[in-house]
Order: sequence, then C-alpha cells, then structure tokens
Amino acid sequence: MDYIIEILGPLLQGTAVTLQVFLLTLLLSVPLGLGLALVRVSRFHLASAMVNGYIWLMRGTPLMLQMLFIYFALPFVPVIGVRLPDFPAAIVAFVLNYAAYYAEIFRAGIQSIERGQYEAARVLGLSYGQTMRRIVLPQVVKRILPPMSNETITLVKDTSLIYVLAMNDLLRAARGIVQRDFTTMPFVVAAAFYLLMTLVLTWGFHYLEKRHAVYDE
Amino acid sequence: MPSTTNELANVTPMIVARDIRKRFGVVEVLKGVSLEIAKGDVVAVIGPSGSGKSTFLRCLNHLETVDAGEVLIAGETLVSSDAAGVCRYAPDAELRRICRRMGMVFQHFNLFPHLTVLQNIIEAPLTVKGLARDAVVPKAEELLRKVGLFDKCDSYPARLSGGQKQRVAIARALAMEPDIMLFDEPTSALDPELTGEVLRSMRQLADEHMTMLVVTHEMAFAREVSSSVVFMDAGEIVEARAPAEMFSSPAHPRTQAFLEHML
Ligand SMILES: Nc1ncnc2c1ncn2[C@@H]1O[C@H](COP(=O)(O)OP(=O)(O)OP(=O)(O)O)[C@@H](O)[C@H]1O
Ligand SMILES: [Mg+2]
Repeated sequence: MDYIIEILGPLLQGTAVTLQVFLLTLLLSVPLGLGLALVRVSRFHLASAMVNGYIWLMRGTPLMLQMLFIYFALPFVPVIGVRLPDFPAAIVAFVLNYAAYYAEIFRAGIQSIERGQYEAARVLGLSYGQTMRRIVLPQVVKRILPPMSNETITLVKDTSLIYVLAMNDLLRAARGIVQRDFTTMPFVVAAAFYLLMTLVLTWGFHYLEKRHAVYDE
Repeated sequence: MPSTTNELANVTPMIVARDIRKRFGVVEVLKGVSLEIAKGDVVAVIGPSGSGKSTFLRCLNHLETVDAGEVLIAGETLVSSDAAGVCRYAPDAELRRICRRMGMVFQHFNLFPHLTVLQNIIEAPLTVKGLARDAVVPKAEELLRKVGLFDKCDSYPARLSGGQKQRVAIARALAMEPDIMLFDEPTSALDPELTGEVLRSMRQLADEHMTMLVVTHEMAFAREVSSSVVFMDAGEIVEARAPAEMFSSPAHPRTQAFLEHML
C-alpha cells in the first residue's frame, strides 16, 4: 500500500498529461469533425470530394505514423513546414486524425435523417442552415451518441501513443517505474486509472443518452 | 362596395399551373399539366398510383423543380418558361417568400420527433418569421384547440396516434398562416377508423374558405367537400369537373374505369 502511494505521484502527473491530450483532442476534433461532415454532405462537390480524400488519408494511415510525420517530417516540408514542440505536435496529429473519425460518425448520422424531415422544414420556410441547426442536428446527436461514446473511449486509450514523442503520459510513467523497480504494480495502477477514466466517460454518455431518451422516434 | 383592387384580387387565381412538364430520367411523369384554382376553392386530385399526383403537388411548392411550364401563386411568378422552353425560377428569396404562402401536409406526417407538439407548431413562426414566443404560443394553442389536441401540447409525436399526428401536422402548417394548403394523401397512412378525425379538420378548414388542393383516395371527401375534382392518369389531367358530375357521369372512359374500380 505504501508503495502504491509512493508511485501515485508520478502516475498522477502522467494522468494529467493523458487527460490534457484527451480533453484538448475531444474539444477540438468534435467541432472540426462536424464541420467536415457538413462540407461532406453539402452540394459543393469539389469540397465534398476533398473532405472525402482527407478522411480516407487520415483513417487509412496509422495515427502513430501521422504523429511521427508531424513531429519529425513536417519541419522539412516546403512552405507549410513548421517545427512544433512535442505537445502541440501530438495535439495536431490527434485532432486531425480524430476529426476524420468523428466526421464519419456525423455524416452517417446526418444521412440517416429521413428526407421527409428536410421537406417538412422546407415547406415551413426554414432555410438549409436553419433546417440543419434546428431540425437535423438535434436528432443526429441522439442517434450518434453510441458510436461517439465508442470513439471517445478509444481516444482515451489512444493517448498512450504519445510515448513515441517521449512524452510522459500515464502509460510511459508507469513503464518507467516498472523498469526502475522491477515490479508490475505500476501497470496495475495505470490500468485502474484508465478504467476509471473510461468509467466516467461511460457514465457521461449514459447520462446524455438518457436525457435524449425523452422522445422516441 | 368592393374596391377595384379587391375585385382584381378576387379574380386572380390562387394557383395557376400551365403546361407543367417533369421527367425523372427517361420517364415523363408530368406531360403538360395545367390547372387553375380560385381563392377558396377546394380541389380534389384523384387518380391511379403513379399517375403523377404527388409530383404535380410538389412542383407547385418547389419540392420538385419543373422541366418546363409556368407556376403562379396568387399572381406571383414562381417559375416561367420562355419560348425556347427554358424555365426560370424566381430569385431565391422571392421563391421562398412565395412558397411560404403554401402549407403542406404529407402522407407520413413528417412531424419533428425531437420537439413536442407545441414546439413543432411554433418552430417555424419563431425561426422563420422571427416572432416572439409570447406572440406565437397563444396562437399555437388556439390552433391545437381547433384540431382538438390542446391536451397534447407537451407530448412528443411518438406518443400520438396517426390521426393525432396528422392533425398536429395540419396545425403546424396553419401556424405559418398560409393562403393555400396542399395535402398529399393525408389519410392514406391511417387506420380507417382514424381518417374521420383528420377529414373533419380538413372539412372545417374548407368551411373557412381556405384554398385547398388535396390528393386523396377518399372519394366521399372529394364528393362532399371539394368544389371540383381533377382526375389524373399517366401524367395528364384527363378531366376536371364539379364533384356531382364527376361521380355521376364521368366523361372519359379512363375516369369511368378508375371510378368503377374505386367505388
Ligand atoms: N424522385 C423520383 N425519382 C424517380 N422517379 C420518381 C420520383 N418520384 C416519383 N417518381 C416516379 O414518378 C411517377 C409518378 O409518381 P407520383 O408519386 O407523382 O405518383 P402518385 O400519383 O402520387 O402515386 P401514388 O398514388 O402512389 O402516391 C411514378 O412512376 C414514380 O415512380
Ligand atoms: Mg403520391
């Protein structure tokens, strides 16, 4: 028990890094994903095709590769090349990657709304923007909560990939102690931390689903 | 004594459709449909499945774009065609303004499931007209009383029967104060015992001199409520006559065959 309390300090510091990556990614990639999805379903075919290509690229290559690319290779790319410190580089990679996944969830949700809803809104005089904001997206939210929950829980665990940029997240902190003390206890504690985070998320999504369950379809 | 402008307004038809043509791919669904509807008229459109009734209705309020022809709503041009047959729609803002004069009721209700009955009704007056909530709610409640659903104000659509849903849909359309109401088979998705309550609301609307265009399979409604009946078949209006004549002595063999089948 004393040992656990002793290693708690560094593990909590790691958890802070993990949570920062998680929260920043979530906060930025969900709106970006929504934006991408709206372009994707819009009547601007060229923009829609470009988003499609972007999503293919982001989902078709490993997140770790994207992160390494942004950290190590981006500085040498002409014109857009910038050298980012490790934390921003990780955030950029995560946001770009997760936005693609969230965009696909939003797109599927938007396209699952019946045509009759658009038509009813239209004959009442709502513009396309008003229809999206007032009629379509509120219904989409309810339908996509389960896949969103899934993806977001995956994000918690994916944050451990930032160890490749030598950042001290929860998993790397645990591994450091394991290698120092020759005991697997830090892994057990780290697992408990991850479980706790996903548990809170699961509750959060359950709460949201319940709130949206006031109406059936 | 009525003023001249008033007389003019009275003779300007609420709906003028001239030579509407529409094709889906290679199929010509409307082969030159023309119809005039005067203010306060209740026109029933009947005809076999696939004859283009819905498509015609949807061309009037721009849910479908026409390939050729002309549509005027209360004298305002929604779409017109030049001599070369190229059709031109009114500019966007005007198009929306003109279309707002028409309410529409769908076969499958299309209520907004995430909004309560009251919210369904006030949504468009709030967001489209930008009216204040205080002004809109009493009016919505009055409309709900009118269709007999005031006690369902705070229910979600999923909790309503089909007949109740359709009456909410009627109230929702009326909340925008349209001059014309378009109905596309409003009772076809309902159990027979529920059609009566919807037809009652429609009849009441007709008694208030609403201009109505109703695609329907309810021959009794067409006979009793409409001022004229239009029979469509294969993308054309075969004949349009007063209901008494249409049902007692249809002129065209196709109409006769259809009515025999229906009655
Ligand atoms: N969006 C569409 N794309 C392709 N074909 C269509 C479309 N909408 C309608 N059609 C076709 O056009 C024809 C006329 O359809 P419409 O819905 O206007 O008929 P209707 O008279 O309303 O029939 P019903 O009584 O079954 O509702 C049908 O053959 C139908 O298959
Ligand atoms: Mg139809």
